[in-house]
Amino acid sequence: MDILLQLIANGVLLGGVFALISIGLTLIFGIVRVVNFAHGELLMVGLYATWIMATQFGLHPYVAALPLAVAFFFLGALMQRAIIQPLMNADPHIQIFATVGVGTALANAALMIFSADLRSVDLPWARQATDLFGLASVSRGNLVAFAVSFVATGALIAFLNRTHLGRAIRAVAQNRYAAPLMGIDVNRIYAITFGIGAGCVGLAAAVLAPLYPAFPTVGSFFVLTAFVVVVLGGMGSLEGAVVGALIIGLVESLAGYYVAPDLKEVVYFVIFLGILIVRPAGLFGVRGNE
Amino acid sequence: MLRLEGLRAGYGPVTVLQDVSLEVNAGEVVTIVGGNGAGKTTTLRAICGLLRPTGGRITVDGRDTAGLSPPAIVDLGITMVPEGRQLFPFMTVRENLMLGAYKPAARARIDERMEEVLALFPRVRERLSQMAGSLSGGEQQMVAIARGMMANPRLLMFDEPSLGLAPLIVKQVFEIVDRVVASGTTVLIVEQNIVHTLQIATRGYVLENGQVVMSDTGPALLKDPHVKRAYLGV
Repeated sequence: MDILLQLIANGVLLGGVFALISIGLTLIFGIVRVVNFAHGELLMVGLYATWIMATQFGLHPYVAALPLAVAFFFLGALMQRAIIQPLMNADPHIQIFATVGVGTALANAALMIFSADLRSVDLPWARQATDLFGLASVSRGNLVAFAVSFVATGALIAFLNRTHLGRAIRAVAQNRYAAPLMGIDVNRIYAITFGIGAGCVGLAAAVLAPLYPAFPTVGSFFVLTAFVVVVLGGMGSLEGAVVGALIIGLVESLAGYYVAPDLKEVVYFVIFLGILIVRPAGLFGVRGNE
Repeated sequence: MLRLEGLRAGYGPVTVLQDVSLEVNAGEVVTIVGGNGAGKTTTLRAICGLLRPTGGRITVDGRDTAGLSPPAIVDLGITMVPEGRQLFPFMTVRENLMLGAYKPAARARIDERMEEVLALFPRVRERLSQMAGSLSGGEQQMVAIARGMMANPRLLMFDEPSLGLAPLIVKQVFEIVDRVVASGTTVLIVEQNIVHTLQIATRGYVLENGQVVMSDTGPALLKDPHVKRAYLGV
């Protein structure tokens, strides 16, 4: 089997994982204009929740995905209402402190409750390799994560473009002043959007649980990459997040082999800077719409 | 239909409206005339719930609107076409119009309403699938008015519809305003270009330093020596 094809397959699938985590982040930023620094910790909570459901109640992680996404929708909406909403008109750095605070509190609560041990959902099926048209060999769990990421992003884009609520959500992002004049309750839209962003994280957590163990700081492991993906793709652009995630996934996979495993972040940050010099608003970002 | 009694409002410590009383009855075209900073836009913002009055009363059909949010005011049948168009720039004209009918009551018959409104604005129909932000200023103003009409409002308020447009385009925008009036919609209009609005207005109010200093029929105000001197420079 050609090593290059294998690396590309690994990179694309890794990109799928990054995309799944990044779409919620970019949606919240694009609409509510708040950078959710607790995003990674929400993922961490989701991984623990999946682990508990799997080990205590014997629920298959993939079955847990839908109820977890729904629960996270309400969790996200609640977080927006209770913590972000009172700070909507405050300085951006206050909002940053608030979301960083939520993240720190969640990570330490997890440390207190679950200790620092790794908690893995045991699903051997997901770790088994499957042959991809004789070209590459990939784990089934990764393939599932990629497919879910693809479908979730597509569904989200269709929802935003084709439904009445989706149009209202975009309207709030494009003109906060005019939206209420149309009869749109802007605060309600913010809560719904935060809920959808968090719901994406819940979905991601359930799908990733068979592949990645839960531990209190697992969030920071993913969230830095997610931020790079979101800025690279253009803040607020779902399509951009998917393309950005695929680029970062591919670069990580290829650079990890051809350059050095320790230098893969260096390579993608160099590419990241290069793209931002040429397109400061990101690949799919529109200036003035960021 | 709409009545303002002794309205006071402002921004932070600055009081803009000292004492504004006016009324708009069904079927009327009412205009507010005044210089820059007289409080015309502030009055409209207070009516549509964007600004909390600090005193006085706003009533719609006798009901006090104090504490109502902008969406709740839209529910009462009052829609504003804001100054500077304020379209959703990265959406098509069609989507902008659909957002005008966001409220469930308007959404229920959105397709019929779209046809009615487009019949009124044939130019807008040609632009339906274009991005709103790519249109010229005059076209954007037409879309903004059409979007306001999509809510099927009982009262449509215009805030400076001709601001920033070339004279030829201003004429077209006024034709559109005339068409809205002819369609039987009650109109409250704030406009710098007072000659046209006073000609079509059933009544007009002159606002100076946040107070109504004069009110009469539109054509009578147009002949008034004070109005002529202060606002027409003759």
